[in-house]
This record gives sequence, structure tokens and C-alpha cells, in this order.
Amino acid sequence: MSAKTLYEKIWEQHIVVEATDDHPAVLYVDLHLIHEVTSPQAFSMLRERGLPVRRPDLTLATPDHSTPTKAELLYAEIPAGPAREQIYTLLANCEEFGVPIYDLKSPMRGIVHVIGPEVGATQPGKTIVCGDSHTSTHGAFGALAFGIGTTEVGHVFATQTLLQSRSKTMQVNVKGELPPGVTAKDLILAIIGKIGVSGGTGHVIEYRGEAIRALNMDERMTVCNMSIEAGARAGLIAPDETTFNYLQGRALVPQGAEWHAALERWKELRTDEEANFDKSVDIDATQLVPMITYGTNPGMVMPVDGHVPALTGDKAYEQALTYMDLKPEQSLLGQKVDVVFVGSCTNSRISDLRAVATALKGRKVASNTQMLIVPGSQATKHEAEAEGLDTIFIAAGAQWRESGCSMCLGMNGDNVGRGEYSVSTSNRNFEGRQGVGARTLLASPVTAAAAAVEGCVADPRVVFAD
Amino acid sequence: MQVITSFQSRTVVMSNSDIDTDQIIPARFLTTTERTGLGKHLFSEWRYNADGTNNDAFILNTQEAEGCFVLVAGDNFGCGSSREHAPWSLIDFGFRAVISTSMADIFRSNALKNGLLPIVVSEEFHKNLLNNPGVKVTIDLEQCSVSVANGGTENFAINNFSHYCLMNGVDELGFLQQHLPQIEKFERRDA
Repeated sequence: MSAKTLYEKIWEQHIVVEATDDHPAVLYVDLHLIHEVTSPQAFSMLRERGLPVRRPDLTLATPDHSTPTKAELLYAEIPAGPAREQIYTLLANCEEFGVPIYDLKSPMRGIVHVIGPEVGATQPGKTIVCGDSHTSTHGAFGALAFGIGTTEVGHVFATQTLLQSRSKTMQVNVKGELPPGVTAKDLILAIIGKIGVSGGTGHVIEYRGEAIRALNMDERMTVCNMSIEAGARAGLIAPDETTFNYLQGRALVPQGAEWHAALERWKELRTDEEANFDKSVDIDATQLVPMITYGTNPGMVMPVDGHVPALTGDKAYEQALTYMDLKPEQSLLGQKVDVVFVGSCTNSRISDLRAVATALKGRKVASNTQMLIVPGSQATKHEAEAEGLDTIFIAAGAQWRESGCSMCLGMNGDNVGRGEYSVSTSNRNFEGRQGVGARTLLASPVTAAAAAVEGCVADPRVVFAD
Repeated sequence: MQVITSFQSRTVVMSNSDIDTDQIIPARFLTTTERTGLGKHLFSEWRYNADGTNNDAFILNTQEAEGCFVLVAGDNFGCGSSREHAPWSLIDFGFRAVISTSMADIFRSNALKNGLLPIVVSEEFHKNLLNNPGVKVTIDLEQCSVSVANGGTENFAINNFSHYCLMNGVDELGFLQQHLPQIEKFERRDA
């Protein structure tokens, strides 16, 4: 038998019908996550054709994109408008089609990519899809997970399968150890900076090497989450003891003898020694530093103490700097920051919140800056509160909210104002992403905390030197 | 879905690379539960001024753009989100094809399912299109070719299955449903 990559192993295990010259492969889907924004038209299609959701037991729903993060709005009265309509449409559709849902008042509700792993629905070797590009997050568990469009959401509803062409494979080998103060977010931003925002197009990326092995699950999810920002639909990390320890005992994970059987299967999920990748990239972790973006895509990224690159003659780059109101070759240190957002499916998990709490303890958010901390799920929120992290956030002057996608894409009313600068732990700095005219600087939770304390872009290694 | 065979159009050029899904259709318009009606929000951030009036400098608001339904865009068009609202809004506005040197995977897949042709051409061919905005192109789906009025024809790749669906106006779901026996068999093996 020829040597195979992890991707190829999972792919082959899920082929229902092999690809031919006439059609792509039919791929089985083990877990279908849905939310309010990309599912309504797919439910409408089912209704028009008189079809059921074929496997509601393999489907899991939650509202996350448009949900208010203020408790008084979430639990009492979501403001009238299309966002509320869309949330209630999801609730009604799930009721009608028998799809399990963590609804607005559920203690398990949260960002779909945070709760999947939290409840143990996300498991190694599964195929996982969702009408959301950050489905790549679940690849951290050695699951083949990727975003799909709404038409495909309908296909999975109706058949539990998708027509898919095999991707190319890319390995990103991260050697050495991350220096102190350098996080998983800095690592993935550096990777995107190196391969570019289309460097992974057509590929599934497997992250490998000792620096990856050393990451905890929250950190691995941060890395896989942003695979799509390099153009790759999916990111993968082979499961190991860290993965198994995270999963053991979670609600939807097999127990007892079944757990041991699952472990045996999961331990086979790794790339064979002799397997070949279509593309390979090497990263030296020891050389990495805290990173921040300066432009309007995540590939426009530099060391937090670096300088914005000179003009290249590229019109798009010039337009990006005009939008950001930044000058070529300037430093970002000292750049005034209006909003700091800690949250999103990239960085809203308990480790992220602990890092921010450690940074903020005994410090105050600067008077010119508003800081919003939005946990990834209600379970994460309760865990943080049990540890007293909320007390630290509130004492520092930050706002502590209910879970949801929130200011990552501003669908729920949490927006950055026109012309304002935001240091955000989210995943996209596209024009208008956090609000019309908003200027987003992507960074790690610790760099975000440094910006909150200083009221401007600052080097966390300096701010938190003690 | 509409049957596509061949059509002619002048081009609209947006030469920036990495035009992302949030530019094509900003998130605040994703609260719809319909597939139609998004054309008015297409490229909203660039198309309208802060006060809601038209930005006259933006290409889609100019006379040259009128009656064009082929968009020539810079490299890596459609990067970012999986929102199918991106092709829906382009189609609702009137576009039938996007030509670039590369396209984001999910955008490309979504476009094909809605009859918006994602056409990837060589850099040289693309350069000619960028340098000649408004040039007339003929897109022949049967031959998978695009010809430019000022000379030059290039073939583009579309997988056989999508090609069949587009040419015959059928969607993929029917094909998957034909395989329900295999799906059931797979599930029993899995159990």
C-alpha cells in the first residue's frame, strides 16, 4: 500500500462513489453544523421539493452570527429587524425538520466552531462541513473540515453527501519552539504572510512539526481556523495525546469500551513517513515575533514593531493604505486605537481569555479605548466566570458580553465606527468587515490586551515585560 | 437553473487583486432569507458614498458598465467567506461570468452552482483584458472558450460534471439523490 497523507486517509474513508471523468467523488459528511445566516435558503429548497433533512442526528444548529451580545437584548427582546427574523427562521426550521439546536437560551449555545469541539461533536477522522468558511477550525482535531455554500448545505441536508474533487496537499512544517510572548495567532499570521492569501488555494494544509505538537487544542484551533485566510479550504493537525486528553469525557464523545476503540482508530490518523505533499513550506518558530496586520487582507501582516512596507506600484496596495489611513514605511507603535475586540472563532476560547486576564490584571483599559471581550460560547463564559476572569476584565474597564460572532463581522450591532481603528483578535481585516469604514488591525489576544492598556498599538513584550 | 451555451458582452474591469467576499456583499446584507434581491448591495462599500448616494467614480456606476455582464477582475477573486450571497448578488446585478487569473475555491464552487461562470485565464490573456476595458468578449460554454474582439481566444477549464449541469440547466442534487442506495450502503458499513 502506498504511503498516504492524513488528508488522503480521511478522504478515502469517506468516499461513497469514486470520482470518474464524468463526475467528482461523492463524499460522506459525518457532521453538519448550521447557523442562521447560510441555512434559510437551503431549508426553503427542501420545502420546495418536499424533502426531509435526511440525517438530523448528524446535524447540529445554533444561532451565532446575528445574536446580540448584550444580555438584556439576547434574553429579553432581540431588536426587531431582519437579523431577528433570520434567527427565528432558524429556530422554526429546526423545529420543522427535527434538527437539534442549541437555541438562544441554551447554556451550550455559542459560535458554531467553538461549541462543536466543546461538546465533543468534533472528533478525529470525521468529515465536518458548515456553511461557513471558518469550518477549517475543526481540522485541529484531525477532522477534514471545510466551509461550503448554501446550495451544498441543501445537498448535505438532503443526502448527507457532497460532490467534491480531491484537493492538493500542502505541509507547513513549523520547527523549533515559539519564543515567550509569541502565540499561535502570531504563528498563523506569519504563515499567511509567508504563503500569501491565495498560497493555499486548491490545497488542504497539514500543520506539522514540534511547534505544532507543543500547542494546546485552543491554539491548534486558532491555527487551523485561519487556513482559509491563506486560501486553503481546510487545515489539519494529526491527533495526538493532547487531542485525546481534550476530548475524553466530553458529552458527545464515545465512552467506555467505545472510547478505547475510537482511540485505536484515531491513532492511525497521521501522515505516513514516506507520503508526499504537493507543496511544502518550512517555518522556523524560534524566529517568530508578535504580528499585526496593517492592510485590508490578512496577508498584509508584519511584526508589531515593524514598519509598513513601501509602495510597490500595486494599485490595490495603495488603496489598502488609503483605506487604513496609514503611510508607507511608518511604524504602527503608538497608533491610536479606538476599539479592542477579543473574540471570534479564532480567539475566544478559555486559553485566550486567560491570557487576556493575565495581561489585564491590575491594569486599566486606556480612556480613549473601548474594549469588548466576547467569549466564544456560553460554556466558555461560565468557565471564565468560575475562574474569576470576568472580575478582572470588568475591573480593568472592559465590557464582558454574552457569546457570539459579534464584532468579527458586525452583523449583530457590535460595530467599529467609520474611520476608527480596531485591534481585533478575529480573522479578517477586509474593508468594512467590522463596520462601514472600520479599520481593523488583526493581532493575538495578548497584543490586543497591550493595545487596550496603552490606548494604542504596543508591543506586548514591552508592555507586559514584568 | 438557466441553460447556458454562449453569449457575448462587453467587459467591466476591476483590476484589484484579492477582491474579497466582504467587498462583493458586506455581511450586514446577509440577514436575508432569500436568494434574490441582493444586486442592489453588490460592492456596496465602493458603489455608494457614506450618505447613500452613488459614488460616480466607481466603475459600476459609469456609463461604460451599462449592459456589461462579464466582470474582469484581479487575481484571487472571491477570497474570504463561504457566503453564496456573493455569486447571488453578482447574478442579481446582471453578471454572467467573472474572468480572472485565479479564484477562491469556495467562491468558484458556489458560482458554478448558480450559473455564474468562473473563468480562469492565463496572465497574458488576462493582461489584454485588463488593458482593454469594455472590449467585447464571446464566451462559448460548449467549447469552453473565451474570445476577445481585438483578437485572441483561450480555452478555460470547467470540470465535466459542472459543464454538463450548466449546459443542461440541471442541478447537482438530482445526481446525489440517484446514489441514495450507495449512501445507505455506506452508512451500514459505517455502523
